[in-house]
Amino acid sequence: MTEGAPADHSAITLYRLQACPFCERVVRRLREYDVPFDSRFVEPMHSDRDVVKRVAGVRTVPVIVDEATGVTMAESGRIVEYLDATYGDDGRRRSADEAADPTAGGAD
Amino acid sequence: MDFDVTELPPTDHVAVGETAPDFERPLVNEEYWEDVALSALTDDGPVVLVFHSMDGAFPATYVWNEIDERAWADRLEVQLVGLSISTPYEHADLLADRGIDARLFSDPANGVAEAYGIVNDLDGMAGVSEPRPAVYVLEADRTVAYAWVAEEWPEFPPYDDIEDALGSL
Repeated sequence: MTEGAPADHSAITLYRLQACPFCERVVRRLREYDVPFDSRFVEPMHSDRDVVKRVAGVRTVPVIVDEATGVTMAESGRIVEYLDATYGDDGRRRSADEAADPTAGGAD
Repeated sequence: MDFDVTELPPTDHVAVGETAPDFERPLVNEEYWEDVALSALTDDGPVVLVFHSMDGAFPATYVWNEIDERAWADRLEVQLVGLSISTPYEHADLLADRGIDARLFSDPANGVAEAYGIVNDLDGMAGVSEPRPAVYVLEADRTVAYAWVAEEWPEFPPYDDIEDALGSL
């Protein structure tokens, strides 16, 4: 790998495809909960998505990697449920900034 | 052979000893792209920043073939990054097609070239400008250790000089 971690690196990385409605759904929810995240854009061709395959075991997007909870997850429906449970109003975390507490549990 | 090399007008560009303007743009690697600030790269060490013609133009191919052959990133422990007005999709193709070991910033609006004083308005392409060919060697605090900016079009970087500059970082 060649990339270095940016200085303003967020806990959540979102692998997304430009103009993908399923990805936008996840983006909307992250913004709604004011959760900082970094976007990594991949290419339309599934065969060009080695990074997503390596990270999540699938070639579909969206995929999120949440370093605060150790969760890597694909499929927008599941991701939205995870975000609701983790960062939503009734969630266990109110923002990724508070995620340093290792006693707070991640979603299963 | 009869051909014309165009002289480019004088320009007040970022020069040796100055601090290179910081910017954030999509940075494309072989697998994805994400917004990255130049300062995030220089924080990790010296950077060679290569401004080149839009991907697909022969100077872009020539420059990257030559630079890739010299393997600066491996031999001299510098980070090798390019910048053109091409989109991330075109950058991804350029990296894949040429097997180039570098990362490429995408700046379609040419704002970085403007900040560096190296805008090249392209004759015959209405509304399109791109950076002049230019190479900047940046130290960890973004101090410009070496700068080359084309004075003619087309013109190719003095690779040996750049290599000397890298060697004396």
